[in-house]
Formats: sequence, structure tokens, C-alpha cells
Amino acid sequence: MTTTETPIETVAVELPAGLQGIPLSPVDRTRKDFTSDQEVRWCPGCGDYIILNAVQGFLPSLGLRRENIVFVSGIGCSSRFPYYLDTYGMHSIHGRAPAIATGLATSRPDLNVWVVTGDGDALSIGGNHLIHAMRRNVNLTILLFNNRIYGLTKGQYSPTSEVGKLTKSTPAGSVDHPFNPVSLALGAEASFVARTLDTDRAHLTEVLRAAMTHRGTALIEIYQNCPIYNDGAFDVLKDRDEAQARLVRLEHGQEVSIGDRTWVHDIHAENPSQAFEISRLDDGTMTHVPIGIFRQVERPTYDDQVRDQVKKAQAGGDGDLAALLAGRDSWSVD
Amino acid sequence: MAKQAKQAKKVERLDQVVIRFAGDSGDGMQLTGDRFTQETAGFGNDISTLPSFPAEIRAPAGTLPGVSSFQLHFADHDILTPGDTPHVLVAMNPAALRANLTDLEPGATIIVDSHDFTARNLTKAGYTENPLEDGSLETFAVHAFDLTSMTVEAVKAFGLSRKDASRAKNMFSLGMLSWLYGRPVESTQSYLKRRFKDKPQIRDANLAAFSAGWNFGETTEGFAVSYEIKPAPMPTGRYRNISGNLALAYGLVASSVRSGLPLFLGAYPITPASDILHELSKHKKFGVMTFQAEDEIAGIGAALGASYGGALGVTTTSGPGISLKSETIGLAVSLELPLVVVDVQRGGPSTGLPTKTEQSDLLQAMFGRNGEAPVAIVAPQSPGDCFDIALEAARIAVTYRTPVLLLSDGYLANGSEPWSLPDVESLPAIDPAFADAPNHEQENGDRTFWPYQRDPQTLARPWAIPGTAGLEHRIGGLEKADGHGNISYDPANHDLMVRTRQAKIDRIADSIPLVEVDDPDGDADLLVLGWGSTYGPIGSACRRLRQQGQQVAQAHLRHLNPFPSNLGEVLRSYERVVVPEMNLGQLAMLLRAKYLVDVIGHNQVRGVPFTASELEHVLTTHLKELHA
Repeated sequence: MTTTETPIETVAVELPAGLQGIPLSPVDRTRKDFTSDQEVRWCPGCGDYIILNAVQGFLPSLGLRRENIVFVSGIGCSSRFPYYLDTYGMHSIHGRAPAIATGLATSRPDLNVWVVTGDGDALSIGGNHLIHAMRRNVNLTILLFNNRIYGLTKGQYSPTSEVGKLTKSTPAGSVDHPFNPVSLALGAEASFVARTLDTDRAHLTEVLRAAMTHRGTALIEIYQNCPIYNDGAFDVLKDRDEAQARLVRLEHGQEVSIGDRTWVHDIHAENPSQAFEISRLDDGTMTHVPIGIFRQVERPTYDDQVRDQVKKAQAGGDGDLAALLAGRDSWSVD
Repeated sequence: MAKQAKQAKKVERLDQVVIRFAGDSGDGMQLTGDRFTQETAGFGNDISTLPSFPAEIRAPAGTLPGVSSFQLHFADHDILTPGDTPHVLVAMNPAALRANLTDLEPGATIIVDSHDFTARNLTKAGYTENPLEDGSLETFAVHAFDLTSMTVEAVKAFGLSRKDASRAKNMFSLGMLSWLYGRPVESTQSYLKRRFKDKPQIRDANLAAFSAGWNFGETTEGFAVSYEIKPAPMPTGRYRNISGNLALAYGLVASSVRSGLPLFLGAYPITPASDILHELSKHKKFGVMTFQAEDEIAGIGAALGASYGGALGVTTTSGPGISLKSETIGLAVSLELPLVVVDVQRGGPSTGLPTKTEQSDLLQAMFGRNGEAPVAIVAPQSPGDCFDIALEAARIAVTYRTPVLLLSDGYLANGSEPWSLPDVESLPAIDPAFADAPNHEQENGDRTFWPYQRDPQTLARPWAIPGTAGLEHRIGGLEKADGHGNISYDPANHDLMVRTRQAKIDRIADSIPLVEVDDPDGDADLLVLGWGSTYGPIGSACRRLRQQGQQVAQAHLRHLNPFPSNLGEVLRSYERVVVPEMNLGQLAMLLRAKYLVDVIGHNQVRGVPFTASELEHVLTTHLKELHA
């Protein structure tokens, strides 16, 4: 738990687009300031530890007031994340975090709102909320921990598990065709879509930093290892030699060459078709796995526009309640 | 429309009239009824209205399923219901006549637009003979006019297509009825001017049709008399006509103004709750944010998210929508955050009867969540009361940091009555009392924030919103330890938290009024207890019995959870308690369980409100049994 700090007037500094309107911290923060007093209870070796570490290390660099940062999560292993950060946080219900965060972000422009979710939470039970948050372009950063398994319910296949996967609920092999979360996000016209790996802290941090410059929904898929129910799912991307051959590191303006195809990667392209095509390089076998930013385009955010409409309506002064109640057809009884 | 000219015909005085306007869904009957209501309310009669329309937007024209109607009861005295049976039926086609005929009593007046009584339309309505000619209506006073042709003739100067021209027939009939009952016409005229401000041709055609209808009434030999219904004596003040949904929306805006909390509505369109979303979306000037969500779950989720951020979070729904919200209501119970959940009840189960009324969500509101998840429940008793109950729901939600279920219904939502405008300054103020400082001293003397350290009176926990320095904390659906709020699986703690959440809801009873019994002579042995929209018909039935010299006591519940603290005592002080409900006995079950009083239900689930005469009959039977 925390102790009080003296509020100090915020300094007007040009913040990245995604953080505009959020007050700056009067004091320098460290990783320790973002670490809650709760014991972290993920399984030993879980990829979530590395992501938590990276986020705790990253947050102080934003320079924001800690009390203006909120993490909202759903249900699942990854969704315990908010308990371990000494910011405001809500561990909500399965799949609904994007909806809850939409209400929060829309009503509070002064907050930096994060959603932490997993492949089951975001893509199965909460699929509808995820696509609609991205479609609306609410100013949120969504961390989608993809371990391609249901961990907290002890090992059933997830919507990102490969076909044929043997799990407790699929003893004869899964017959479900999996989602590619990046393709899904691009299909929903998300304005910022990226993929990174739990073990590549530098890359993860770089993607997070880019997400902070983005105003709108930033969807970041993080490949994350579940050592208990799906251990080694991403090993081929983590082995130094294998990774060299398989990982396609996306850089804006750089060429992407696979076989006889070559693209110049343009994250700002209005049309998401090329980004989608690149997202399809991974055919499920992980022979070619693009990581980095697939797309980052500017589009008005839902929450900014809602607030603009309110502001515009209030330009001539606040509402007059007595006049509203009386309406146009009132009469007097004397 | 020279008013002096109408003196040429005899004027007969009536004390009350029930009119039902009926036509195809596209005929504009709701608008006609609504305008007649405004004229009548402005004139000073007491009124009560009951719209009825099919769930289909435009069922095939001329068929029974496509009939839409609007019933209006107006009187020179205080009335409580839209009337049991219409004295006057205005039917715009054969289907409208056939669909409503069985509700009429002999002697009733029928005014029909004869234009559509063609062989084809008669067949569509299921008539083999023309009822205007076969003598089947001889027990009624029938006035058949070709209203459509007269309308087309009246508006021909405006160059509309025949179809557009004939659409003004609802205004022609309104004009005619306005003459017949001596209604003031100015409000309709200014309404038409406003409504069609940008369509001068349509505006002028409607004004001309309205005027022509009035003049026709005055000159036709079809009507020998016109009627006068004097204004009803009402307490002095300023009034307007208001429907339940409108009053509810205004009550929510008022709650925002009186609490200083921005109003955030998360909602998914559903009948009959959608009008609240429509209405609130107009009031951005009051800082109202409306979010049309991707589904019912997101609607309540966003509202809860906004509440977490310090807004007045509200969600509105009906029918199966409330089922979809159950899980999030449970989360709100666990988080202990303010949240107003409006359920405009309709016929169920499942899709049920989307446009019809019912009171069958009480037990779902009470128990429809996993775990022990108590919430406060309130219900308005009349359209105007929807305003007050919205404020009360917001007060309870904010004061006790709890979801509050507000159970309106389809009858209240669309029905209307005169509403005495409240003095804005004297509306109750709601204090959000946000936490702004640590509330607990640690052993080492440091001050810290405990999110589940409760107010000793209300048992409410502090509402510390993001942005408040030093109060950073985490909440969630996992069980929390009393006080410091960390995740806890401790058996004793869970037992304590479950009991504390219940105790907090029970404590609300300390802040609500005692139930008042209307027992004029104080010696009735029969008590009629209702909740929600049955107030009108029950009250009306009780009045009739008292006029006959019978003793009957009436009480009505606006708070369903917790109940007013004197309710048990009230129930036990009557020899017999009858509970009429538009369900199979949901309040009765709660009363029996809690107070061990053998209340007797009177139940009906027909999608329509009780009639006063039905309840009068039921209560008469009980009185006979009691006094046998």
C-alpha cells in the first residue's frame, strides 16, 4: 500500500500524442514506485514475470503521475497483472476489460489506461469487446498475452492454439481453426497493431514506447510462454539460430523479403491490406513470424470525439435544469 | 377554427372520457394520441395514457398484427389509470376496428375512416361482411366518414403526392376530435410548425388537415353535440405532461446536476428502454455522455468503468438485456461502486412480448447473480414518479457504493400523466464524498489507504477515484480482505465479507421512508399492497370500493430491497393482505419468506395493466369472504 505524496502543479510539457492530457509527475519515479506490496503468484518460469518486469521498468520513463495510470484486466493468468503494479487497477470479469476501460477512458481524459488480457480473455469470451474497442479507436493500450493455451483453467486449448493440439479438452486433437490476433486486429481496422516477445525486453519496451506516441487503441500481441501447459510454444523464436531464420523484424520504411516477395513496410499506409498480407506470413507453422509494428495510422479517437461533442454543446454555457424539466408544453394551475 | 362558432351546436358536459385512437402502425396514431394528450393536459384535465403498439415496425398494412393504438383517459377529477374500456374508439381502417371492438361496451362511440372499408381491406382484417353495413355495430353509436378523401381534398393546394397527402389524415382526425371535446389547438399548431420547420410543404399540409378536421366536426351533421370536460382541480403550480421514460431520463440528468457527477450512460438499444438512451443523448449540454455499446454487457461494463473513474454510471435495458448484465452487476457488488441499472420490464421469458408490460423481473433483480450478491431495488409507481425514483436510485448508489436496480415497466415507460414541475433547488443533493486522503494508520505510524475500510454508519467503502494521489489501490472480483482489500481466500474473511455486503444493503432501510398506509377510516381489515405500475389501478379500485362504503387499506412499495423497516408490522396488522402483481407472485414470495405473513396474490401476465374494475371485483370478493 502507499503513503501520501504532496500534490504539485503539473508542468506543461509536450507529451506524446497518446499521453496528452495526462498530468506529469512532480517527482522522478523508479521501478520500485510501480511495484505493489503483493506477492507475485504466477508459476515459476512464467513469461508474465518478464512482461511485468519490463512494464515496471518502462512506466517510470513516461514521467506521468502514478495516480493517473490505470490497469484494467479481465480474467486469466495475465489478468492478475494489475495487482502487482502500484497504480490504480481493476481486475474485472472475463473478456470485459475493453468495455470497462472504454467507459473509464471516455469519461476521464486525464488517465493513461491500459488493458491487460490473454488469448482466451481477449479473443474468445471477450472477442466482441476487443474488436469494437479497436474499431472505435478508444485511447487504450491493450497488452494481449498470447500463450496459446488456457492456463488458469488448467490446460484447455485456446482460440490461438494450433489445429490438432492435444489438451485436456481435446484428447483427439483440436479441430478449431485458430485466430491470428494481428490479422484480426487489422481486420477490425485497429489504428496501432504490433507483436513482440516476452523474452525480448528491448523490443517489448520499444513497442510500448511507440504505443505511447499513438493516440487511439494500440493492440500489442505479446508471445508469452506458459511453462506448465504449453511450454516451449515459442522456443523456435527464441533459439538464437532458429530465430534468425524465422523472425521477420518489421521496421517502417525497410524492405520485407520473403521468398520471391518483397514489400517496403509502411506502417502509416491508410489501407491496411499490405499490413494484413505481412501478418499472413505466419501460416501457423512459425516459419516466418513478423514482429514489430504492423500498422500505425492516425484516426480520430472515440473518446476524444465524445468529449468534443459535449464540449461543443456546453460552449454556450451549462444546461438549465429547470428549463429542461419545464419543456415546451407546460401550463399553470392557479 | 372560430371558437364562438361551436356554440351553434349543443354542448354536453361530461366528467370523464376514455378515447382510443387505433390505426395501422404507419398511420401516426401514437403521434395523434400524444398531441391530443398535450392539448388535454394543457387544458387542465387530469389525464392518464396507455399506448399500445406491435413489436413489428410496419406489419403488413391493414392487418390485425399491424394495429397500433393509443388510449387516453381524461377527466374533470383526479384519475389514476388510462381507463378500463374506451368510450370512444377512433378506427382508421377495418383491422383497427376489429382488433379493438371487443374492448368496447355497448353504447360506446365508434368513429371510423370509411375510406379503407373496401373488399380487399375487409378481407385482410378477417371480415366477410362490411361491419358498417351488416348491422353488427348496432349497439354502438357509429360515425363513419371518408376521412382520407376529405384530407386529400383539404391539402390539395400543397401539391403533395396522393400518398403523402393522405398521411395527414391523422391530423384531420385530431382536428375533428379536438373540436368534439373542445380542446385548445394552439399547442398542436406550434408543435407542427416546430416539427416540420424545414419542410414547409408538409408543415402547411398538416396544419391545413388539422384545421379542416376541426371545421368538419363543427359543420357536419354527423355530430349533433360537442362535449365539455372541465379542468380538474389540481394543486397550484406549473405542470407538464410526462411519460415514464422521459421522467426517468430527466431524473438521471437531475441526479447528475445534484451530485456534481458527470452522467455516463452505457446502453444497447432494446425496447422499451431505448427512449431513455435517445433522450439522454440530447443532453450533452449537461455533460451527459452516452455510449451505444456493442452489446448489453459492454453497456454495463462501460458504465461501471465510468463509475470507477468517478462518474455517475448508468445502464438501461429491458427483457433479456437484464440477464446479460448479471455478471457485471455481480462485479459491481464485489467492487462496491455506485451503479444505476434501469430495467424497463417487459413480457418474458426470452424475447417474450417486447412492447408489452410485465413485472416479472423482481426476483431476477433480487437474486439473479452467482453467489450472495445483494443489491438495492427501487420501483417507480407512476410515470411522473420515474423522475423521483431515478434520483433515489442515484442517492442510494452513491451513498452506499452499490449497484441499484431500478425496475420500471413498459406501462410506465410509455404511459403519461400530468407532472407537477419540481423546484430544482429543493431536489435532494447527493454527496459523492470521494476519498481524498489515507484512512488507516499502520503499526509504524505511516498513513495508508484501505479501500475496504467502511463508514461505520452506512458500511459503505471509500470511493477513491484514479487521479487521487496516494490512494492507488487495486480492486476486483476476487474476494478481498476486510479493510486493506488484498486478495483473500480466508474462510472467516469470506464469511465476514458476505455478511457485511448484505448488512450494507440492509442498512439502506435506515435512510428510506416508512411505508405509508392509506386507510381513511383506520378500521379496514383488508390491505392491498402493490409495487411499481400497479399503483394506479389498485388506487382506482380502492376509491371505487370506498365510494361504495367499503373499508379497504392501500399501501405501495417503492423500495423492494431493502423493504421499509415497518413493513412487517404493517402486514401483520391486517387480517388479510392481497398483493396484485403482473407476474406469478414474486413480491408475494418475498413477503412470505421474510415476514411469514400469508399474503394472497392476485396475478395476471397478459401484457396489459390491471383494470380498476377487475381489481374492484377481486377485492370485493375478498371483502365478502372476510365479512361472511
